[in-house]
Amino acid sequence: MTGVLTCENVTVRFGSGRPAVSDVSLSLQKGEIFGLVGESGSGKSTLANAVMGLLPDSATVSGSIRMADLTLTNLTEAAMRGLRGNRIGMIFQDASASLDPTWSVGDQIAEAVRAHRSVSRAAGRTRAISLMEEVGIPDAAARYNDVPHRFSGGMRQRIVIAAALANNPDILIADEPTTALDVTIQAQVLALIDRLRRDHDTAVLLITHDLGVVGQVCDRVGVMHGGKLLETGQTRAIFANPQHPYTRALMDANPVGKRRGTRLPVIPPEWSVESLLAREEAADG
Amino acid sequence: MKAPGFIIAGVVLLLVLVLVAAAAPLIAPHDPESFDVMQVMGAPSANHPFGSDVLGRDVFSRVIYGLRASLAVALASVIGSLIVAVPLGLLAGYFGGWTDGVISRSLDMILVLPAMLLAVTFIAILGPGSTVAAIAIAVIYLPILGRVMRTSALVVTRNDYIAGARARGATHLRVILGHVVPNALGPVTVQASILGAFALQLEAGLSFLGLGAQPPTPSLGGMLADGRDVLIQAPWVGIFPGLAIVLAVIAFTLLGEGLRRVLDPTGVAE
Repeated sequence: MTGVLTCENVTVRFGSGRPAVSDVSLSLQKGEIFGLVGESGSGKSTLANAVMGLLPDSATVSGSIRMADLTLTNLTEAAMRGLRGNRIGMIFQDASASLDPTWSVGDQIAEAVRAHRSVSRAAGRTRAISLMEEVGIPDAAARYNDVPHRFSGGMRQRIVIAAALANNPDILIADEPTTALDVTIQAQVLALIDRLRRDHDTAVLLITHDLGVVGQVCDRVGVMHGGKLLETGQTRAIFANPQHPYTRALMDANPVGKRRGTRLPVIPPEWSVESLLAREEAADG
Repeated sequence: MKAPGFIIAGVVLLLVLVLVAAAAPLIAPHDPESFDVMQVMGAPSANHPFGSDVLGRDVFSRVIYGLRASLAVALASVIGSLIVAVPLGLLAGYFGGWTDGVISRSLDMILVLPAMLLAVTFIAILGPGSTVAAIAIAVIYLPILGRVMRTSALVVTRNDYIAGARARGATHLRVILGHVVPNALGPVTVQASILGAFALQLEAGLSFLGLGAQPPTPSLGGMLADGRDVLIQAPWVGIFPGLAIVLAVIAFTLLGEGLRRVLDPTGVAE
């Protein structure tokens, strides 16, 4: 099985400090949802932005990010722009903030279509309406011209998803897509992402710090801390039998049923997780 | 007063002034430049509603023509300045980095010199006249409008919806024109209408010093200078052009204040 997206030894640095992402290798398969979990500041979003080519100029990326026949890390900005929203879609944490308040929602979905295909205004509109229907916006045609603040948070996230999927991308990067939503809406949005990737065979990179979300929809999961990818594996295997001590601590911190989670030990980023590993081995021995 | 009240009052007043100025040849009862020795410093009368000046010229006609010259300079300078400052501020705020550095430092260089000194320098080089005054005022306003535009573009660019539009594959040009401009144009609009009032005062100041419109062309500032010499004997020579300046400044200020209250609701609450 070949990966749709392959990251090899990806390191991202801002200036000369500690790398934000350090030597990360992972591959994303067609049609799977890969969950990337970790605390704030663990480098999840930086990795996603590196894939999108949306890092600020101050960042330096080494290693390679490949998509089928293309090496994204070698592409020019113009070529990268041609991929964004076309072969790679992205959705953000806060749907309210990621839609332009002065544009109608329909026009923002159509913008994604028209950025990549020379279609007429009317064709863009038709496509946007059918996308709105697909993500479950009731009365889509009538609501095309409504501005974002006329929609609820969950509906806005659906609109962002519709815009991200406008060109049937091979990869969807979802950066904490449910964090800003309440629990019932979270489940609906996750179910929508799950349905859409089955319908379109899209590979999804789902970034989250919510293990419940991972357990619900992810096929495989990777755990990040301090910029490093500590462990990857099938979701069920990782949940049942985490190998890395940090993953184990993360699982213990997750409340299940009536059991309260134990407090996640804070590892300052400047400590290496390896030193913890050594400490644990010493304790075992 | 509520924001729309300010805007309506400002727009109506400005519109009346602009209409009067534009229709000057139709409204003015006399030729603003023709002398009448029999009417030197004549008090206001039916024939000369604002009286006549030291050379016997009709003050009413001269105020109308002077308003025309002053408004033209104020509007032309602010619009001209906007045409240059808005794109520069957008580029500086959106791209940041060295683009911002080059643009912002260049604008700062203009800011180093006091406004009046800069205007006088321009006029010393290019010679006096309304056009040169308008150019000088436009240059003076470049750093002010440019900075306001840069700041609001910078703030808007940090929004997720800009990253969102980029993630959908929009080009920089589309992002700037489609998303940054509509969300960032508010503050610069407010600033421009307030600067309109200052431009009018600056133009009057330059003409007062004899550096704006040249005699015999009437200008409000020049008429103030004429009126100063005869303030006791014939106060109407100076008072009426002064009132015209005040009215025009009030019009721009009302408009600016109204726009500010609408576009920047985080400011002073009512």
